[in-house]
Amino acid sequence: MSILINKDSRVVTQGITGKTGMFHTHHSIEYANGKACYVAGVTPKKGGQVVEGVPVYNSVAEARAETDCNVSVIYVPPPFAAAAIDEAVDAGIEVVICITEGIPVKDMIKTRDHMQGSGTILVGPNCPGVITPEEIKIGIMPGYIHKKGRIGVVSRSGTLTYEVVDQLTKRGLGQSTCVGTGGDPVNGLKHLDVMKMFNNDPDTEGVVMCGEIGGTDEETCAAWIADNMTKPVVGFIAGVTAPPGKRMGHAGAIIAGGKGTADEKIAALEAAGVSVTRNPSDMGKLMVEALR
Amino acid sequence: MKIHEYQGKGILAEYGVAVPRGKACFSVDEAVAAAEAIGGEKWVVKAQIHAGGRGKGGGVKLANSLDEVRAHASDILGMTLVTHQTGPEGKVVKRLLVEEGAPIQDELYIGLVVDRSSQRVTVMASSEGGTEIETVAEETPELIHKVSVDPTTGLTTAEAEGLAGKIGIADNLVAEAGELIQALYQAFWDKDASLAEINPLIVTSDGRVIALDAKINFDESAMYRHPELQDLRDLDEEDADEIEAAKFGLNYISLDGTIGCLVNGAGLAMATMDIIKLYGASPANFLDVGGGATTEQVTEAFKLMLKNSNLKAILVNIFGGIMRCDVIAEGLVNAAREVDLSVPLVVRLEGTNVEQGRQILADSGVSVINATTMADAAEKVAAAAGA
Repeated sequence: MSILINKDSRVVTQGITGKTGMFHTHHSIEYANGKACYVAGVTPKKGGQVVEGVPVYNSVAEARAETDCNVSVIYVPPPFAAAAIDEAVDAGIEVVICITEGIPVKDMIKTRDHMQGSGTILVGPNCPGVITPEEIKIGIMPGYIHKKGRIGVVSRSGTLTYEVVDQLTKRGLGQSTCVGTGGDPVNGLKHLDVMKMFNNDPDTEGVVMCGEIGGTDEETCAAWIADNMTKPVVGFIAGVTAPPGKRMGHAGAIIAGGKGTADEKIAALEAAGVSVTRNPSDMGKLMVEALR
Repeated sequence: MKIHEYQGKGILAEYGVAVPRGKACFSVDEAVAAAEAIGGEKWVVKAQIHAGGRGKGGGVKLANSLDEVRAHASDILGMTLVTHQTGPEGKVVKRLLVEEGAPIQDELYIGLVVDRSSQRVTVMASSEGGTEIETVAEETPELIHKVSVDPTTGLTTAEAEGLAGKIGIADNLVAEAGELIQALYQAFWDKDASLAEINPLIVTSDGRVIALDAKINFDESAMYRHPELQDLRDLDEEDADEIEAAKFGLNYISLDGTIGCLVNGAGLAMATMDIIKLYGASPANFLDVGGGATTEQVTEAFKLMLKNSNLKAILVNIFGGIMRCDVIAEGLVNAAREVDLSVPLVVRLEGTNVEQGRQILADSGVSVINATTMADAAEKVAAAAGA
């Protein structure tokens, strides 16, 4: 088992005819069960083409009717990306993974409102994607560093997630599923949502969670872990050295009004029984210890 | 993106928010002429810098005569204003706002933010205007009233008037204040703002509701659809190195340590800064080269870091995914040859094509201290910098 996606997922790439969409679809198809998983592409007005061996449709609804796709990945440029999410939601796609970086926050507020009452789960935007190792890769992460196993990984960041995965794999700990939730303030799954899924997944034995400064997602998740989590959790929070008021790359990574500091988050996680390290080189080692 | 108070008031006025009559001035003579044109007997001379806390720093002064306007304008223009938001080096004042003085009866607070937990815009209102709202939130949170706005309806009249009533606006002024708060929300929404604060919103002794200050920040990701806001950008208020970095698609923030960092990805860049600190040194900058750095970008990144006279060593930490380590290594070699690399360079490469990358560095003759893990890299760079 795994969470969100597995070898039976049927994926549609939105924005497949663009350079980024084509590039990453190519690499995702080459990974594990990708050839069977990637069943459709969508680019408005470009239906009828075949890209990377995948048929292209004009709309997600059409792709869904023809191929029964149930997961979408979005590489559409920022001005049109929120509308692409809406389209996937309206077509009844179960999991939408939006990679696009730089979507206006207002567009995401409208899209989140539009999603209310739908059954769709959104991951991202501005995220590396989701991978269930040795089954399916949906996103821009390097597939080969992953190894099938029993550790769940959830993180807001891209390369920091790769760093964790690499440490886990090198210590012989494979991953059940790795989820990048993204660095934007208004987005889909938060740490808490992913943590609940991992807790319910019989094949996940422990979880590494990477947070960063800004917002209170990690604190909310910590409060839930304290009362509900049945599996060991290892945590790292990036940005202990970040100065207040400066946006550290991600739109969401900013200490504002004295809130969202790394120290507050670390304290909340430690109080919830999470093993927190201040050394990002030690995340894998700490997970090994936590499983003992 | 941040703008000046007078620019914010200009936008709010377009939406029908009442603001004091005033004019932006760039010289003392202009300030006196503006006061004369505004008329009346009291004026306020306000320093225009992007940082808050201007009043406490001596950047806002009341004038009771045109002579006092002249005196205050000469004092403030050109002064280095230090506030809790400018940092100890302060900010040189190059623009003034001269406004009519308003007879203040009550000072209130209105703020709008994008709230991550509700995923909507939240309007906050408080009777405790004129002070630090963070202090109010900490000490008397019950005095902050909030409305989470439904994006399809916008802020309704009932919600806006409800807020006005809760912060102590008299019944006969509630409708007027409600309209002002609604107009403020509309401006926020239409212009893709990320933060707006009116502190204080005042009720005057002659029964008017006026926005006495205006702080508005905008969502950078939405600026492509607001060419009208681009003109409001004041590059004097931004860090020169950060502007230079942005030209090359680099995300750079100056810090006060001695170790330059070049990293791909924002989260990993922060983690790298943190681990440097953990090993006893201190980062000189945050620098995210993004997902597909070119040789040109890496070269520019080196130039930027080397401009810093405090720099004692550089740490490059790359986790190659889509960005291959061999490409990064070539970029590093070219950059090192082009710039005069006057400090030790520690490189930690991991991920896609890492072996080729290390080979390229080894064959290049460029003096590089190789590191394996992040901890190894941090330890080596701290030692190289003599920390």
